[in-house]
Amino acid sequence: MPRVKLSSLTKIRSDAIQRVLAFGSLVIMIIFFSIASENFLTIANVNGILLATTVNGVLALGATFVIITGGIDLSVGTMMTVSAVATGIIITNWELPIWLGIIVGILTGTAGGALNGWLIARLKIPPFIATLGTLYIAKGLALVASGLKPIYFNDTPRFNEIAMGSIIPVLEIPNIVLIFFLVSFLAHLLLTKTTFGRYTFALGSNEEAARLSGVNVDKWKIWVYVFGGATAGLAGVLISARLNSAQPSLGMGYELEAIAAVVIGGTSLRGGEGKIIGTVIGALVISTLTNGLRVLSVPQEWQTVVTGTIVVLAVYLDIVRRKREAVSSARQTSGEK
Amino acid sequence: MAQQLISMEGISKRYPGVLALDNAHFELKSGEVHALVGENGAGKSTLVKILCGIATKDSGKILLDGKEIHLHGPRSAQDLGISIIHQELNLMPDLTIAQNIYIGREPRKFKFILNDGGLVKETEKLFAQIHLDLDPNRKVEGLSVAQQQMVEIVKALSFNSKVLIMDEPTAALTNNEVDELFRIIRGLRDKGVGIVHISHRLEELKQISDRITVMRDGKYVDTLNTKDATVDKIISLMVGRTIFQEAPHIPSGKSQPVVLEAKNLNNGRFVRNVSFKLHKGEILGFAGLVGAGRTEVLRTIFGADKLISGEILIHGKKVRISRPQDAVEYGLGYLSEDRKLLALALPLDIEANTVLGVFKRFARFGLTNSRKIQLAAEKQVKDLSIRTPSTKQRVSNLSGGNQQKVAIGKWLTADSEIIIFDEPTRGIDVGAKSEIYKLMNDLIDQGKSIVMISSELPEILRMSHRIVVMCEGRITGELLNKEANQESIMALATMRN
Repeated sequence: MPRVKLSSLTKIRSDAIQRVLAFGSLVIMIIFFSIASENFLTIANVNGILLATTVNGVLALGATFVIITGGIDLSVGTMMTVSAVATGIIITNWELPIWLGIIVGILTGTAGGALNGWLIARLKIPPFIATLGTLYIAKGLALVASGLKPIYFNDTPRFNEIAMGSIIPVLEIPNIVLIFFLVSFLAHLLLTKTTFGRYTFALGSNEEAARLSGVNVDKWKIWVYVFGGATAGLAGVLISARLNSAQPSLGMGYELEAIAAVVIGGTSLRGGEGKIIGTVIGALVISTLTNGLRVLSVPQEWQTVVTGTIVVLAVYLDIVRRKREAVSSARQTSGEK
Repeated sequence: MAQQLISMEGISKRYPGVLALDNAHFELKSGEVHALVGENGAGKSTLVKILCGIATKDSGKILLDGKEIHLHGPRSAQDLGISIIHQELNLMPDLTIAQNIYIGREPRKFKFILNDGGLVKETEKLFAQIHLDLDPNRKVEGLSVAQQQMVEIVKALSFNSKVLIMDEPTAALTNNEVDELFRIIRGLRDKGVGIVHISHRLEELKQISDRITVMRDGKYVDTLNTKDATVDKIISLMVGRTIFQEAPHIPSGKSQPVVLEAKNLNNGRFVRNVSFKLHKGEILGFAGLVGAGRTEVLRTIFGADKLISGEILIHGKKVRISRPQDAVEYGLGYLSEDRKLLALALPLDIEANTVLGVFKRFARFGLTNSRKIQLAAEKQVKDLSIRTPSTKQRVSNLSGGNQQKVAIGKWLTADSEIIIFDEPTRGIDVGAKSEIYKLMNDLIDQGKSIVMISSELPEILRMSHRIVVMCEGRITGELLNKEANQESIMALATMRN
């Protein structure tokens, strides 16, 4: 059937275009900002961009899994905050070891993710509403637990070093950046090489078909949100280490930036497809853009406008691509000669 | 002689309001292709759903290799070697062929680590068994319907199925693809698999099946050896004696002007070169089997689906209808097959539904005139004798028949001249049915014209002045009421190409 082959070729091409698009725009932005300002392409500034990518990037890793299932997690930002506060309470308030603070921080986010998964898979609450609710729950808990005040880590300088120290002294790349790339690689393996990853795609592609094939869809859906919560917990540990403080009022808005990174990276909000490398690039696009605009002294307010526009554009491109695929596959299945 | 594989005895199943299966039985031997035929609603689908664990039986028993089996869901049937390939395919488009076949049972290295190399090898082995040439690494998304069907068959094979049920497998296939499918079915049969083949294409069943079981109204009718069965014989068994037939209302005035004409409409595989005329004051019946493309034709005319090519003329003038709103402007109304989904806003009251199509007329500067709306709704409640305490009643609280009347009232309020009824009495009890029929007759007396799609042959015969029969997106014949009977319609409805 030569005609079928032909149209699948065009499909592969449009997939590739989408993937290259994010990377291409990153390169173009770097070139543009480098020409526009000599302060852009300096080691200090590049490190600054990478640094700014990390926390959002880690959140976006979890969001990638959730979005591939066709779901959404709005609670990751405030889950991150409540995890940061938990870490602060363990290390500073209770003066317990740093490693315990890190573990409790990650587990806090994981527990929040489990709650999300349970609400969505078992109680069948739509993800948007369920995670909007837990967004506020986590936000409130963070304020209550911290007594509305930031918790500082001034007595434990080694905690700050986890993020801002550098085990590669020459380039002075902060550890947090290395941690981000390491976790991204692990997430990539999880998504492509494990049953968990396979079922993540299956859920987003056709949940009913997966169920009829004997996949325990509820169980795997819960695990996807648990993973999303775990990355939020890790992000909480990282941001508090980086800022040397747990800020209870931080966190709102992070969820949208994470979703933006995922979508810019070519993962479809419809579910069923996505790549970790795309998300990493998407996170880099956002931080590069924000940084570049700042270097060019564009006011903060306008930076927000630009970021929002980029997100809308990315989603629109995804819709256009979907439509074209639908048309080509409809033509193909219609059997018209 | 091949051995008895499946035996279903005394199977009954009741759905709310319908006895879907009434003491039905069915037998399948290993190494045979057994066709299951019957009109829409004869109970074929329910029977095979019970056999593959999707539906539960109310009574009766199922024997596999002589032993009684109890099914608790699709997976338990699969584990016993009973697989079904649904009419609507159940694949995950974003996953590859191999991933789809082994979903939930992937070859692994450790508990959670996938062995995708092994996955592809296993799939290739299965493909080799039935001489299928497909790349296991291709995404299902890009496959044709026929190829997707092959993937489902291979998936069934991977369970070592002894029984393979195929629900209308050829409905969407071209002739070449059907040949390929039959080659594979014959291969499986020769290996001893028992195959249940549900199809409306009688000619095709003559080619592929060994035996044919006919069902009607949820009951077993007869089992024939295919080589002894003629198509006429099968059709007469399918339709049985006609109990429900009355003389149609009035013969249409042939001299009446044409109000709606379709010329060579094309839209994908469901609408192929469709042309017909509707006269003023006429009920034109659209008969055919489920999936023949009747709904698609009228959705296309109504602007709900995009027209690829062809012309639509209303009152002799060529019109361009690109969305339902245009159709409403031209005086068309559409009562959809699924009232709940498409025609009515169920949570709203009768008043809101009555003016849904032409809200603008009841509003000035965006403010609604609730008095006018109430009057319009009251008029329809009175004219159509909708049984309701008030026009403020939520439509979701009305019975099926009264909901249908509200939907009709909506189009009358919009001054529709041509009303399309898509399965107007589906899910409506007998009393309400005759009221709807009377209403349709009243409408044509008032000079309106009606296109009625119906899968119930008695309804088509009772109501239509003329009958257009479709099969696979084409019009295969047009009959005047007096020359039509169930047999002649059925023959046209199963006529391929």
